[in-house]
Amino acid sequence: MSVILVLVAFSVVLAGGFLAAFFWSVRNGQYDDTYSASVRILFDDDKPRETTEQATPAAKLMNEQLPNQ
Amino acid sequence: MTENTAGRETAKNTNECYHCGEDCGTVPISFREKLFCCNGCKMVYEILSQSNACDYYKYEVHPGLKAGNGEVGSRYAYLDNEEIRGDLLEFTGDGVSKVRLFIPAIHCSSCIWLLENLQRLNDGVIHSSVNFVKKEVVITFHDARISLRQLIEMLAAVNYIPQLTTDTLQKEAKRKINRGIYYRLGVAGFCFGNIMLFSFPGYLSVNDAVENLLRQNFGLLNILFGIPVAFYSGSVFLISAYKGLKKKFVSIDVPIAIGILVLFFRSAYEIISGTGAGFMDSLAGLVFFLSIGRWYQDKTYQALSFERDYRSYFPVAVTIIADSGSESIIPIKNLKTGMRILVRNQELVPADALLVKGDGSIDYSFVSGESSPVARKEGERIFAGGRQAGASIELIVEREVAQSHLTELWNQDMAGMEKSTRWDSILDVISRYFTVMILLLSTVSGIFWWCYNPSMAFLVVTAILIVACPCALAMTYPFSLGGAMRVFGRNNFYLKRTGVVEALSRIDTIVFDKTGTITRNDGFGADFGSLAVSHDQLHCISSLVRHSTHPASVAIYRQLQGFAPLPVTGFNEVPAKGIEGHVQGHFLKIGSEEFVTGTKTMTAAGGRVFVAFDDEIAGFIGISNQYREGMKEVLEELATRYELHLLSGDNDAELPNLLAFFPSRDHLNFNKSPREKLEYIRDLKARGKKVLMIGDGLNDAGALRESDCGISIADDIYHFSPACDAILESGRFSHLPYFLDFSRTSMRIVFISMGLSFLYNVVGLSFAITGNLSPVVSAILMPLSSVTIVAFVTLSVFVSARFSKFEGRS
Repeated sequence: MSVILVLVAFSVVLAGGFLAAFFWSVRNGQYDDTYSASVRILFDDDKPRETTEQATPAAKLMNEQLPNQ
Repeated sequence: MTENTAGRETAKNTNECYHCGEDCGTVPISFREKLFCCNGCKMVYEILSQSNACDYYKYEVHPGLKAGNGEVGSRYAYLDNEEIRGDLLEFTGDGVSKVRLFIPAIHCSSCIWLLENLQRLNDGVIHSSVNFVKKEVVITFHDARISLRQLIEMLAAVNYIPQLTTDTLQKEAKRKINRGIYYRLGVAGFCFGNIMLFSFPGYLSVNDAVENLLRQNFGLLNILFGIPVAFYSGSVFLISAYKGLKKKFVSIDVPIAIGILVLFFRSAYEIISGTGAGFMDSLAGLVFFLSIGRWYQDKTYQALSFERDYRSYFPVAVTIIADSGSESIIPIKNLKTGMRILVRNQELVPADALLVKGDGSIDYSFVSGESSPVARKEGERIFAGGRQAGASIELIVEREVAQSHLTELWNQDMAGMEKSTRWDSILDVISRYFTVMILLLSTVSGIFWWCYNPSMAFLVVTAILIVACPCALAMTYPFSLGGAMRVFGRNNFYLKRTGVVEALSRIDTIVFDKTGTITRNDGFGADFGSLAVSHDQLHCISSLVRHSTHPASVAIYRQLQGFAPLPVTGFNEVPAKGIEGHVQGHFLKIGSEEFVTGTKTMTAAGGRVFVAFDDEIAGFIGISNQYREGMKEVLEELATRYELHLLSGDNDAELPNLLAFFPSRDHLNFNKSPREKLEYIRDLKARGKKVLMIGDGLNDAGALRESDCGISIADDIYHFSPACDAILESGRFSHLPYFLDFSRTSMRIVFISMGLSFLYNVVGLSFAITGNLSPVVSAILMPLSSVTIVAFVTLSVFVSARFSKFEGRS
């Protein structure tokens, strides 16, 4: 039964790791601006397209409708 | 924050500007099959499409703000000055620089996208990141490829104009964000979870060797976890209680601090001596909940500033003219007496100076409250803070910026600002009685048990101090008022801190400023009574004034709705004088009396715009202050409950109109200097009034500070507003009575929940006094009371906001 003491020791160390991770994230500024990140993740990570404006009207319409989904 | 869903539904409406979403009117500008309301918006679109940045329009429909005329010119020339550049940059070296800019226009996800993709617009930009909450963007760029001036001009070109004032240059420590609350909350939560697990064996009454081993070791672990809870996470309360006591002030933190200390030391004693399981779980829960309360209470609007002084009103640089006649730009702090400066149209006079060249037409509305621009001739003195409206003028500086009339007024106000008796919050009053009562109760029951059963005395006294710890009481205030503050924030009424809700609920007297507060800053009313013209001629006037952005022209155009614009040829605008042009074969002149008639008679205060058709004078249009929408209703509503006063820095030309709004003539005061305004408020307070001051300009700054609660009203909340307790967006002025009602509702919720938390305390105390407070009872009672109180309060605030008259959306 005293093996539980060893397990407890492990669990405390593990939980301490998560606390450390939390400290890191605060120090890293992740809690300074909680809004931008939620938007940033939705941006398409595309390379600048050369032909954005030469697209056909139909394609443009598609483009405009994308955010609706 | 975003109104994307609403925006998308109306996206199919064809007459909306592709960029900003405003109605394009009858003559939209068409470009690449898209409609634009003005050239500014079209230009922004052109720049973006050339840079393959049209994704900007993908994330929000109509993400732009209506652009100005887009003329940047040499406005930012001062950024080439080495010293100013150095002051603005956060870092520079190895050909790479970093700058942090405050851009009030940041408002939606498209803004974030564009500002983080600046490298598409110019490859000199290396990296840029937006802090949406603070409306800041940090940009790193190659000096060789793009200069700071070019960078800011580029931002201005796409209508993200950074705000650059003297204040921006202060590299204050204010920038540092306080992250301590997150650390403390994290530690408390972490320990709370662990301690609860380790406390569990203590609650089981099994009694074998293994269980005892676990119990002992877990007890020691609990002490280990309890130390950071009490002395790191709980340090805020301990320190605040200590500081308060040193000033002989008993705040709510005193009984909390006593509770924390007693909990910790009694638990440690019980665990080490083996006499009990201790209350470490209660301690951790207490500190965790209280920290949540602190975090909720400390919400601030980071992009807003409630502490502004004149520095954030002043520009960064000023153009000086050397003896040789050459112009150069220097930082404003280097401005010395005797220098000759150039002030262009719409620029600010930065220091007290003598006008030496040009006609001054100085708009002092923000500084003194005078509503119409003041004309100044060569040889006359101009005080700092006025804005030139008209052609460029040249001045010789008489006093340095820090000694100017305006700055002195500010410093003087601040010197006399030993805030005469800050009122006590209801929480302070209650906690004072509460603490005394608890100490009394514990002493009495301690003495009783000492006589009856001495071994119990220590246990009972500590149990009382533990159970009386006003956790639930301390949670009511931050959660109800913090909730109310958020409701206000959603409705464009921004409070500096939660305590302002209580201040609002207590006031009985309201003092208004006139110019810019109850009158609109942006608009004047036009009166056509003195104009003898035909319908067709009105049509011509409408077509001509459409081309001018002068406030009077805008007011006239607004009154003459419904005319399709006629073509205008030979349009010419003479700054500060008037406009002229040919419409349908007629030559029109609209403007000042001197400009139109060639003569100048002394007329009474209040503007008159003269009109001439083919050099034949047709009369004049009266231009007067326009009151905010719903003014009459607001004042009528407020008059039933509050005493209303008016403090104006302007003359009494508007008195007849104002008498219709204000019940008593005695409360209307005109020609008041900022100092007199402050003293007026002080006088009202001396007569026992609780005063709410509502103002907008620098001239109200002293009065706003002196009042029990100062609200600054602003068209654009991110631009300059004087130091105050709350900022109200001018469009919400008509909701003022409802806001005040809601502050009282919130306080009622506070009172009810305080009553509830007292009930919990009575239950707890009955356990404690009889000597029956076990760790289990405490561990149940404490979180139960906190959670129910928080739930009750949050729900009540939510429901009452839902039923209030101002909450438009559900």
